[in-house]
Amino acid sequence: MLLAGRFLLPQTPQLILDSIAFERDDSLLFSGICLSLESGDVLQIEGPNGVGKTTLLRILSTALMPTAGKLLWQGSDVARHRQLYLQNIMFLGHLPGLKQSLSPTENLVWWRRIHRDHSPLKNEEILGSLGLCGYEDIPCYALSAGQQRRAVLARLLVTEAPLWILDEPFTAIDKQGVADLEALLITHARRGGMAVLSTHQDLGIANVRRFPLVASAEVV
Amino acid sequence: MGYGFAAILRRDLLLAFRNRGEIANPVIFFFIVVTLVPLGLTPEASRLAEIAPGILWVMALLASLLSVEGLFHSDYRDGTLEQLVISPQPLYLMVLAKILAHWLITGLPLTLLAPVLGMMLSLPAAGYLPLVLGLLMGTAVLSLLGAIGAGLTVALRKGGLLLSLIVMPLYMPVLIFGASAVQRSVDGFSVQGPLAVMGALLAFSLLVAPFATAGALRVSMHG
Repeated sequence: MLLAGRFLLPQTPQLILDSIAFERDDSLLFSGICLSLESGDVLQIEGPNGVGKTTLLRILSTALMPTAGKLLWQGSDVARHRQLYLQNIMFLGHLPGLKQSLSPTENLVWWRRIHRDHSPLKNEEILGSLGLCGYEDIPCYALSAGQQRRAVLARLLVTEAPLWILDEPFTAIDKQGVADLEALLITHARRGGMAVLSTHQDLGIANVRRFPLVASAEVV
Repeated sequence: MGYGFAAILRRDLLLAFRNRGEIANPVIFFFIVVTLVPLGLTPEASRLAEIAPGILWVMALLASLLSVEGLFHSDYRDGTLEQLVISPQPLYLMVLAKILAHWLITGLPLTLLAPVLGMMLSLPAAGYLPLVLGLLMGTAVLSLLGAIGAGLTVALRKGGLLLSLIVMPLYMPVLIFGASAVQRSVDGFSVQGPLAVMGALLAFSLLVAPFATAGALRVSMHG
């Protein structure tokens, strides 16, 4: 895999969720969520639609603030040391941030600039490894949903962030794409990285930790 | 620290180039509306010359207002804005890059087009320099202040009207001093005063607007 042997990640980063709760429009979406992540962990958030998987992941990305509870990154409070935490995460949300009028290569170039990726990998190599060979220079609006999703996954190859937060990363991609992404996750975990993802799919990765998110029926 | 700024500026200019038709809208609007004035009011040169400073400034302001609404829209819709808000780089710098790109693709062309339209409205010769200088600074102020409103309303489904209400009062000093600079010059007075005020407005909004916009975007994104 492309990632192998590129660099080593820092020792034992650790994320702790300390009784996280989230409240929207006066109703409690979830509460008391306690989790911890260690190097090499892949955590799958499970649950029916609308239970708050995306919300939980957005809280992890700091795009949303939890109503109660806190996040600890390597022992320090994320709310107070947000900058440090943000340097260590890679968030692929439900909306991928793919510019439709740009080609996969142009999108990738922009991500490499913003992530300050100076790795010697060529753009064609990265996109080729994601099965976009021959589609590098076609505007994204002309690509299929699955191909667009693959173009988005290129971001995972140009970041050194140890914590990946992926919201439904398997949407719209084919079997080969699923296998490729699983391979990426395995390599990432093996190098000491961590991943939190929401998906309804059964992952072909050994040692996946599963976290079933349960709806909170309580009304505040 | 500047790499986020440069990356966004380059990307936004490339995007503008890709969507040329859309981006040309405000300039075309400016052109068409000013062209219609002599047809609707009077073709008489002396009367046109009287209203030319005001017409040019009002239309440039409206053209800028039209375009500023879309400043963060596409980034909001496709999730880029969320990525920027959670980026480890300072948000105000990235916002400033977006505003600069916006000015380069609307404010600058409007400024360059204004003398041509001034000729169409038989603006007296003395008016051109203050018109161009005023618009050069003024359109930048409009982009900066408009960004605050655009940031506040980006998450709303129909934010257009609200944006106009928020931004209009802020735009007024720009219009007053910009148009009066041209008028004073035509009447034979010194234009240093209004242009100096315009420069002050630019300096002030350059300092304040990126931070205010970054704050507004955070509020919008936390919904």
